[in-house]
Amino acid sequence: MLRSVKGFICRPLKLDHGYALHMAAKDCFSSVVSQDVQTPAEKPRAIFYTNESDPIKTFQEACVMVRKPALELFTYLKNSNFAHPVVRYVIYGERGTGKTMTLCHVVHFCARQGWLVLHIPDAHLWVKNCKELMQSSYNKERLDQPLQASFWLRNFRTTNEHFLKEIKTQQKYVWGKRDSTEQGRPLGEVVEQGLTRVKNASDAVGVVLKEIKQQCCLGSFRVLVAVDGVNALWGRTTLKKEDKSPVSPEELTLVYNLRKMVMNNWSGGAVVTTLSQTGSLFKPSSAHLPHELLGKEGFDALDPFVPILVPNYTEREFESCYHYYLHCRWLQHEKARTEDGKEELRFLSGCNPWQLERLSAPL
Amino acid sequence: MAVVAAGRVLRLGGRWSAAASGGPSAQTLRLIYTTTAAWRKNVAASGPEKYTEAFIKKQIEEFDLGKRHLANMMGEDPETFTQEDIDRAIAYLFPSGLFDKRARPMMKWGEDGRPFHFLFYTGKQSYYSLMHETYEKLLNVQKHQDQLVAQGFSLQKEKKNLVGSRWLTKTELEGMLLEKLSDDDYSRFIRLLEKLMTLPCSDIEENYIKKFSKEIAVQLQKVSTEPLKYDEQGVAFSTGEGVRKTSRATAVVYDNGTGKITVNGIDILRYFPVLQDREQLLFPFQFLDRVGKHDAICTVSGGGRSSQAGAIRLATAKALRSFVTETEVEFMRQAGLLTVDPRVRERKKPGQEGARRKFTWKKR
Repeated sequence: MLRSVKGFICRPLKLDHGYALHMAAKDCFSSVVSQDVQTPAEKPRAIFYTNESDPIKTFQEACVMVRKPALELFTYLKNSNFAHPVVRYVIYGERGTGKTMTLCHVVHFCARQGWLVLHIPDAHLWVKNCKELMQSSYNKERLDQPLQASFWLRNFRTTNEHFLKEIKTQQKYVWGKRDSTEQGRPLGEVVEQGLTRVKNASDAVGVVLKEIKQQCCLGSFRVLVAVDGVNALWGRTTLKKEDKSPVSPEELTLVYNLRKMVMNNWSGGAVVTTLSQTGSLFKPSSAHLPHELLGKEGFDALDPFVPILVPNYTEREFESCYHYYLHCRWLQHEKARTEDGKEELRFLSGCNPWQLERLSAPL
Repeated sequence: MAVVAAGRVLRLGGRWSAAASGGPSAQTLRLIYTTTAAWRKNVAASGPEKYTEAFIKKQIEEFDLGKRHLANMMGEDPETFTQEDIDRAIAYLFPSGLFDKRARPMMKWGEDGRPFHFLFYTGKQSYYSLMHETYEKLLNVQKHQDQLVAQGFSLQKEKKNLVGSRWLTKTELEGMLLEKLSDDDYSRFIRLLEKLMTLPCSDIEENYIKKFSKEIAVQLQKVSTEPLKYDEQGVAFSTGEGVRKTSRATAVVYDNGTGKITVNGIDILRYFPVLQDREQLLFPFQFLDRVGKHDAICTVSGGGRSSQAGAIRLATAKALRSFVTETEVEFMRQAGLLTVDPRVRERKKPGQEGARRKFTWKKR
């Protein structure tokens, strides 16, 4: 699932569509989307199709199933008052029920509406398995992660190109002895700076976030901060400093800046986050409630928020998913086409999207 | 004759050099000890014995000599020693109990010296007596039949339940008669019994026939299905219990359901994360084509993941019996859904590493 999400966002780099991928995918069914958005209380009428494993190569298309939680979010977003401080939404649910896909759907929706999207595919990647850790130049106590920061900056650039030209810096930033960014330069320069000088990438990220936060309050554009696996920001890390002492999340520049972003002391946008148990560290696999996964610290930081539960498939959703697989000829087994086969799939997967995908993969 | 034999024996014992006339002191009898191998070679070299005239004459002379010696021993006149006297003498000298009347082989007869059973000399007395008895019964039945016909009753033959019984096997019959039978004999007997069975009035001799037939246990009739129970809302439900290895499970299966199954209060998707266990649970419902129609609430304890799944499967199958027709219950039984799996963990034996695995064999 996470892989597919990254593919969703990162593929723009490899393919030639770039940012246009979002546009291309939704051109096919834009009218349907608007129809659905207008009638959010009803169940999904038209079905987008979801593809979880190696999406774009296998099916030559990227599809997302419209489900109730996503529609709920759309209503909230539409009716939210952007003068007030940002409302935070936390999508939670059991394993494999579609939280990440809901987030993707929201991201796609906001992108289509012209918001600036700050999408972090998986916050867990920032707190574990990091090869390079450097001491931050800006603040001696913190640690930098140049690789992850540059990776994220690249994606950010591809997704929000035209915003980068519009937003201007409001302050002068000095990167080193020779490099500095003047006031009033477009944000794109900051991003370029971060990408060329990988050592300063994390600071560049911090700068970007700060600028966006400041300027968003003015109301010229809307910002959507979409974080997947937000419980990573308040958990523990598997990283260690050189003297083998463990690193707490606050000591990472990226995490520190992101936490500031997720605070509700700014206005003019929305923060949509997902809790994820799969990548989380040191948490039991049965934990899926916000309180358990966020911990006391995280819960206090995110409080107040709007929780959105993503359940397993309902009957209709299951049917539509099954029919989609049949339509794409994903299910090759003869017995899978029969009623009995469908009942069997329903029983064995327990209407869990992840289980269903795993079951139908070898069929 | 016996003397000659005795003489030959005497001769064969040690090698008396009476024949070695070429020796230096001719008439002394010297005992030469030679190995039998050398002696045998000599004999072979001399060629086969020929019954020449001289040989016969010599034998006769020796016999007469022996006869005279014997007569001397007995204290009788050597001139008038007849063959009968020789026999009497030998019988006196070598007494043998072999010819005594008491040493003769005795048959277990009755007092009159005749065997007890009248069919003894057939060799298979009990078999033939059985055949005679059965035929007697047959004649009896026929006579009865004739009587009934004479009185004017009609004869009806009710079909006896032959399905549930079988005749005794050959080995069983042999055990009963304590005699060996041949296949032919056995088939003859069975044919006779069947002929007896087919007669209309054979009910008279039913007791006799029952001695030679055995009941086959019909398994289906042993198990009886419970009726459905109804709870407060009128929903039908039934319970079942299952065991597997060390797990014990109880299942309550409700009708009009959506296929939701709860185990110890937890949904099966969370309780059994492994697909294999869920497939086990699916099997009874899928077999009866009732996948999404029943709800089940199960409790299980003991054992591991796989054995708990097996126990619940058995419990649900047993509970489903009440919802289903008899034929389907029979199908379930044949599919193995209703049998308790007898496999248990085998004990580790001393001298081996596990139950079967032996220690590594080292040549030295």
